[in-house]
Amino acid sequence: MEEQQGTKPASFAGAEGRQDNRPFALARLRADRNARRTFSVVTLLPLFLIAVITIALIIRSWPVLGVKPLNQTVFGPAWKPQDGLFGFWPFVAGTGWVTVVGMGLAIVPCVLVSLYLSEYARAATRAMAKPILDLLAAIPPVVYGVWGLLAVVPFVEDVLRPFAKRWLGAIPVFAVNQPTGFSILAGGIVLAVMVAPFIIAVLYEILDTVPEELRHASLAVGATRWQTVRGVVIPKVLPGMIAGIVLGASRALGETIAVLMVVGNVVQVPTSIFDAAYPLPALIANNYGDMMSIPLYDAALLGGALVLLVVILIFNILSTLVLQRLLGRQWT
Amino acid sequence: MRRGRWERRHVTEALAKAMMYASVALVAGSLALILFTVVLRGLPALSWEMVSKPPEGGYYMGKGGGVLNAIIGSLLLASGGTLAALIFGLPIALYLETYLGDSPWGRYVRLSLDVLWGIPSIVYGAFGFTLMLAIGLRASLLAGIIVLALLELPIMVRAMDEVIRRMPVDLEQAALALGSTKLEVAMRIVTRQMMPGIITAILLAFGRGIGDAASVLFTSGYTDRITTSLLRPTASLPLAVFFQLASPFPEVQKRGYASALILTVIVLVISLGSRWISGRVSRYTVK
Amino acid sequence: MNSGSQRSASDVPTLKARGSATETDPHIQVRNLNAFYGKVQALANVNLEIPKRQITVIMGPSGCGKSTLLKTFNRFLELTDGTKILGEVLVDGQDIYAKGIDETEVRKRVGLLAQRPSPLPMSIYDNVAYGMHVHRMKRSRQEYKEAVRHYLEIAGLWDEVRKRMHDPATSLSIGQQQRLCLARGLAVEPEIILGDEPTSSLDPISSLNIESRLLDLKRVYTTVIVTHTLRQAKRLADYVIYMYLGEVIEAGPAHEVFSHPKHERTKAYLEGLV
Repeated sequence: MEEQQGTKPASFAGAEGRQDNRPFALARLRADRNARRTFSVVTLLPLFLIAVITIALIIRSWPVLGVKPLNQTVFGPAWKPQDGLFGFWPFVAGTGWVTVVGMGLAIVPCVLVSLYLSEYARAATRAMAKPILDLLAAIPPVVYGVWGLLAVVPFVEDVLRPFAKRWLGAIPVFAVNQPTGFSILAGGIVLAVMVAPFIIAVLYEILDTVPEELRHASLAVGATRWQTVRGVVIPKVLPGMIAGIVLGASRALGETIAVLMVVGNVVQVPTSIFDAAYPLPALIANNYGDMMSIPLYDAALLGGALVLLVVILIFNILSTLVLQRLLGRQWT
Repeated sequence: MRRGRWERRHVTEALAKAMMYASVALVAGSLALILFTVVLRGLPALSWEMVSKPPEGGYYMGKGGGVLNAIIGSLLLASGGTLAALIFGLPIALYLETYLGDSPWGRYVRLSLDVLWGIPSIVYGAFGFTLMLAIGLRASLLAGIIVLALLELPIMVRAMDEVIRRMPVDLEQAALALGSTKLEVAMRIVTRQMMPGIITAILLAFGRGIGDAASVLFTSGYTDRITTSLLRPTASLPLAVFFQLASPFPEVQKRGYASALILTVIVLVISLGSRWISGRVSRYTVK
Repeated sequence: MNSGSQRSASDVPTLKARGSATETDPHIQVRNLNAFYGKVQALANVNLEIPKRQITVIMGPSGCGKSTLLKTFNRFLELTDGTKILGEVLVDGQDIYAKGIDETEVRKRVGLLAQRPSPLPMSIYDNVAYGMHVHRMKRSRQEYKEAVRHYLEIAGLWDEVRKRMHDPATSLSIGQQQRLCLARGLAVEPEIILGDEPTSSLDPISSLNIESRLLDLKRVYTTVIVTHTLRQAKRLADYVIYMYLGEVIEAGPAHEVFSHPKHERTKAYLEGLV
């Protein structure tokens, strides 16, 4: 079908018509061949981009990350760029805290919503859910940040903080050490809402792969829906669900603007969810302006970007591999 | 017996359902809350002046003007980025489906697209910055467009790929059986059938690009003037919101909320509009 | 060593007497049943009775509503979005669609063997034990083990799987899987077995195997089978229901319907496919 030789089209040639069309026919084939070549080069682009981005960041951050030992950079506790100290640890810890809180808040509701949509909801309800999730996903991060400022921070400050102070003060992780609502908790709440539509969509896709017959097999012996979910559906797709959650976490890690606006941006290693923190993306975003004015600052900040990239790549590749295998060729 | 509803498993089911409803309410409620907050706080400060004028001197201290610079800047950035992404993205998506299908190479390409999709915009911004330094480009509209194109490419291709692979195989086979080459099938039939999905993908990427701040932060700079040149810095709505909120003057902060509202409205219009358009264009598609 | 089939009916646990006392009362009664998929009517004014401890075969051309009717007996029809069911289906005199009826209990009493075997994603042992765990029917691990063995024997699968009870159920051949599904369904002690073309995915030998199981089991269970093969209907049926376009055209004892059909349509169907 692909490569037809330019032989005399003996048997198919009518007396007149065919002969004259040969140049056109050949031109079509040539166009096809050229297109194939061009297109195939173009598909190299994604792989190429990943490599270029990683290498570029490595090169630019080498003066800091490559030269100094890890315990002074990634695990280093002191961040004083003017003195040449580039310890990322407070920022890494900050990112970790916010992501863990955000994911912690998001996982259970997202799993429940996706289970609801997949196992209980009627088609009409599902049809209504899609626009809602799409809208949530489309809202720009900066608008989430505005919402965070206007609604979440006051909520943390005026409602959650007094509550924790009164009832949970004994537990260190809930200790209230600062008077404002700009905190990891606020960042976590905003993050949770931001990643929720994504996680729900992925989990739903995964649940959708379970054939209906399997559910029917369980229901036919008189199991309830929930028994079916716990006994048959979830065990079947558990690795995929975990991969979906890990993928969600990798997105939460990288969220910059919304979190930056509510998390306080104080350089410290947090000890409580009510503490302010300074996640890695926020560090990069807040200080890019000073990048060229302090020696090695640009290498450090780009090093922060590199660390972020590497962690996200690891989470991303692992979970995507699992998901691609479970969901077939491609997924939403 | 038949009517026993208090068995443990039924109680568990009822509890589970209650928690599910609560979660659904939580998620739907969050959307409502976000929109409500933005409208409530943004609407009062919204005025014709805001959308029709760039900031005047002292704008950030309370003087007059608007965010027209940011509106136009964002539209230009997103349009340029989306166009650039489309130029590379559509061929990639078509090639993936038409030639690569399920082959190992196809899987690598898809994996790398998924990985690119997962890279946060701040990293794209940082990369864009290194690119700018390397080629000597200053913070400008062009740099912003390049970075947005990089950001939008995986989003667009993924969305297109998802649509294209839903292409009824019979349609492709029918065309091939009539003697079309694969290229022709790709260009004439796939694109027409997939037009609604392709449009949705483009608008999806556009919406993402216009809302992003972290990538344009490094690369497009900021200015109070309306952009006229590719090589000069340009304002963008997300950054406009950001800077206005950072001001100590409440009037300016309120205008920040209004700018956020403008941005939200633009994104909502695009999102709803893409549904409408794909509905209209799908008149000729095979269902 | 006894083969599975010889131990079958005599060792089936005695079923507690339920509902009607006499053997001649119908096990299932359908009164004025109408069913819709959205606006499309799938069953129209169905009135019939299913006799106890016999094999009833529902036959008819494709699309006539046989599977739809079958699925009303175990309240499976409502699992499809947009279906509407009006009328009564009485099992031992009790309308299973009445308010307050627990549909999971209905499904426990009315078992379903589906067209394609769908083993649950677990071991062979766990598949059979699944239903019993769902309803917490046994009290000790030992009891579960014995019950699993028992039902595998009834289904004629025990000898083939006794050495690999903890292998995944998907490692069985398709005929074995269908027998596994049969064991799984019987384990919850139903009174009625429904079969929705239960052999149409199987090879001829496995099909005949399942058929002989069903024939054995009819001494204890009321069986209702949907089939699109007239030959199978003739092999299995004690009682026959012929449907066409959502209506029951004719119903009666097999020998009567097959040799002296009363309605033209039935006659045409029997002749068309014989």
